[in-house]
This record gives sequence, structure tokens and C-alpha cells, in this order.
Amino acid sequence: MASYISLSYWELAAASIFVFIDAGLSVVFGLKVHRSLLVSAVRMVVQLALVGLVLTTLFSLISPLWTGIAAFAMVLFAGHEAMQRQERRLFGWWSYGLGTSCMMMSSVLVTVFALLAALRPDPWYDPRYAIPLLGMILGNCMTGIGLGLNTLTTSLFSRRASVEAQLMLGATRQVAAAPVTREALRSALMPMINSMSVTGVVSLPGMMTGQILGGVPPAEAVKYQILVMFLIAGGTGLGAVTAVLSGVYHLTDGRHRLRLDRLTAPKTT
Amino acid sequence: MRRAEGDPLDGVATQAASEFGRSACHAGTPILQIRDLRTNLLKPASLSLSAGECIAIRGPSGAGKTLFLRAIADLDPSDGLVCLDGRDRSTIAGPEWRRLVGYVPAEPGWWADTVGEHFSEWTAALAFVRDLGFPEDAKAWPITRLSTGERLRLALIRALIVHPKVLLLDEPTAALDPASVAAVESLIAARIQAGLAVLWVTHDAEQAKRIANRLLVVDGGQIREEILEWPAISA
Repeated sequence: MASYISLSYWELAAASIFVFIDAGLSVVFGLKVHRSLLVSAVRMVVQLALVGLVLTTLFSLISPLWTGIAAFAMVLFAGHEAMQRQERRLFGWWSYGLGTSCMMMSSVLVTVFALLAALRPDPWYDPRYAIPLLGMILGNCMTGIGLGLNTLTTSLFSRRASVEAQLMLGATRQVAAAPVTREALRSALMPMINSMSVTGVVSLPGMMTGQILGGVPPAEAVKYQILVMFLIAGGTGLGAVTAVLSGVYHLTDGRHRLRLDRLTAPKTT
Repeated sequence: MRRAEGDPLDGVATQAASEFGRSACHAGTPILQIRDLRTNLLKPASLSLSAGECIAIRGPSGAGKTLFLRAIADLDPSDGLVCLDGRDRSTIAGPEWRRLVGYVPAEPGWWADTVGEHFSEWTAALAFVRDLGFPEDAKAWPITRLSTGERLRLALIRALIVHPKVLLLDEPTAALDPASVAAVESLIAARIQAGLAVLWVTHDAEQAKRIANRLLVVDGGQIREEILEWPAISA
């Protein structure tokens, strides 16, 4: 007998009533979000159902190739999401490539470290460990990098005069952009720092809750959660610093000029 | 001093070509040499500016005056030859170039909370601070309380204490009262006497007569020199 309580589809359908309540509230208050709410809910169900199928196949194959392909696809989707969150995007390949490459570098590095040094499954690329771990790290990296790059581009634009004022007096691009760089890095790291400071007091993380519901002793679930929080901190910090510094490098040039011509016009929403 | 009378120049390029040849920066010639400086919005412009000389730049709003100054200061990408003291700009690092060729924009930027934080050395600025009518304790003033005119004057001081060889001024007295205008003109005149070369954008024809001995007119991204009939600046 399983150590967890199995859910039927009827029980899931019953829980979905809350989404319909939200949609009803949107209609009542004229929020005009009911359509996107229902579309998002359907998207979530379809995506998770597909992921369930994919994970079932991946877990049975335990193939380094297929695990790598799944990880790569996850990074590409995360890169696209991070790009979508930019109010002003970089022109050309940089728009997608910068966030995606930084995300790939940091999340893969941290995940491989966890697999080789902490969890040590056999084989080390066992998708039962590698894929969920990468997913959690990648999700947080995506938020951090997206926020960091968005703050960088919008702040460089709005504070152009103050950055150029320093350049005019002979400052290097690193010095002139330092206040904006710090602001971008702070906004990238704050969600992760806030999340760590309230975990266990205000919020119980989904992974830990899931493990406890699945029958894992709370003390073991807590250890896993602490490991994951450290990995998220490492991945987000590394990814955000790399992305923001690369963004500063790209939005200035070798003559130490501000190159806002490398940004697109703001998105109209 | 008066400019020699004659046919109006067919653009400054004519003068520039005769002054410093076709291919490279010449040592011993005017301190700032510009040939065919252009951007995607600015048509090719040439100019030579000597130490201790002031050239006024006039033209309608949106004509490209600010773009011209920004291109000289190397704040925007541009093509063409720009030399300072015979040295090609491309051989000088960007930060060093902008210390040598200072630029004061019409709307200067501020990156810290108080006036003093924008000066590497406040004591070095004190003489200019007094000349332009500020008390010495202006160092502690918050930037948010400064008027537009105060900001312009402080930005000018900020640029002067770097000791540039060439100063590019974009309407530095546009928001000033007559007494402050006179103080700024007097201060710049003294620096010109000491060898500073100045390009001064102004909409005020009378001011152009007071401060400069040559006049450039910018219109539609094109720059040409006009013959003047006024006395040169005297400190």
C-alpha cells in the first residue's frame, strides 16, 4: 500500500471550483482577467499532465542523453519566459541569448554540483533527482535574472543623464554604471533572500510539503529543503551577477559610452 | 579682433581641408581638429578650434547642435577624424578623452544626493563656487532643492575642475538671471584667456557676439560657418 493518499480526478475537479470563483470575482469587479485566468489554469493542467508523461518516460529510461535533452528544453523555455518579462529588450540575439546562457551556466553548474557532491544518486544523472532539482533552481534563476535584467535596462534608460554625467567627467563605464548595476543586482537577489528569511515561518515550500504529503519524515524533508534553498541561492546569485554584468558590458562599449541604441522600444501592454 | 572679410565660406569643411590636410592629425595646429565628423543623424562636419578661442554655435531647436557636441565628446558613435593636440581620438581612451574635452549638457545629470558628492575635491572647486555666486556650504545642499540655473552653474564648475583643454557648452546660461549670465560669461572668458578652447551653443545672438569670435550655424544636421563682424571676447 502506498504511503501517500492518492487523488482521484473528481477530487481535482472539485478543487478547480476555486479558479472559477476567482474568474467570477473578476467579472463582478470588472477586472477583465477572467479569460487569462481560465486560459492559464487550463495551460497549467495540460503542461503538468504532459510533464507527468515525460517524467514517467524519463524516469524509466534513465538515459543521460534524454535527461540532457529534457534539461536543455527546460532552459530554453526558461530563457523565453525571462525575455518576455523585459520591458525593454536588447536587440537581436542578445535579447534571448543573454538570459538563457546565464541561466544555463548557473543552474546546470549548481545542479551538477548537488548531484555529484550532495545527493550522489547512482547514476549521478538519474532524472528522478536531476530534473526536479534543475527545475527548482531554474525557476528561481529565471525570476532573478529576469528581474535583474529588467531593472538594469529600465534604470539605465531612466537614469541615462546621471550615468552620462559621470562618463562626461572621465569615469569608466564600470564606475558610471555602478549605482544602476547595484540596483539591478539587489532586485535580482531580493526575492531569493526574502524567500529564505520567511521559509518555515511564513511559508512551507512546495517541495517540502510535497515530500511530507508523500510520506517522507518531516526531518528528512527539511534537510532536502535546506539543500534546495542553498542551491537556489547559489544558482540565482551566480546567474544574476553574470547576466547583469554582461548586460552592462553590452549596453556600453569599448569607448566607455552608454549604448541605449542597443535596446528596443518599451513593450506596449 | 575681426575676421577677415571675404566670400562666405562654403561650409567649414573648406577651411578645415586647407588647415590640416587630408589624412592625419597635425601636431602644432589648432588644439581641436575635426574632419568629416558624422553620425547617422549628423551630416559630415569639419572644424578647427585653437587654444584660447571660443566659437558660438547657433541654430533652431532640433537642428543637431547637441548631437554635434555629443559626437565631439565621444558620447555617441561617430565616424570621421577628431584630433586633440595632434593626437587622433581613436588613440586616446574614452575616459581620458572626456577629461580633456569636457562637455556640459543643457540638462546635466546628478548621481548622488548632495552637491559635494559630485565633486572629487570640493576645495579645488571653491574659487569657481564663489565666482558663480554660491556660498562655500553649498557642498551640503541636497540636489533636489537646486533650481535649474543652480544646476547648470554647478555642472559647469564640475566640468572646469577636471581641467579640460576644450569645453563644450550646451546653452549653459539658458535658465540664468542676467547677473548669473554675466558671472558665467566672465568665468569662461577668464578660462579662455588662460588657453581654454570653447564651443558654446547659444540661442542668444547678443551673447554670441559677447563670447565668441567665430560662429557656426547648425541646420538640418548640417553645419556651416558664418562670417562675423564683431569684436572678439575680452576678459
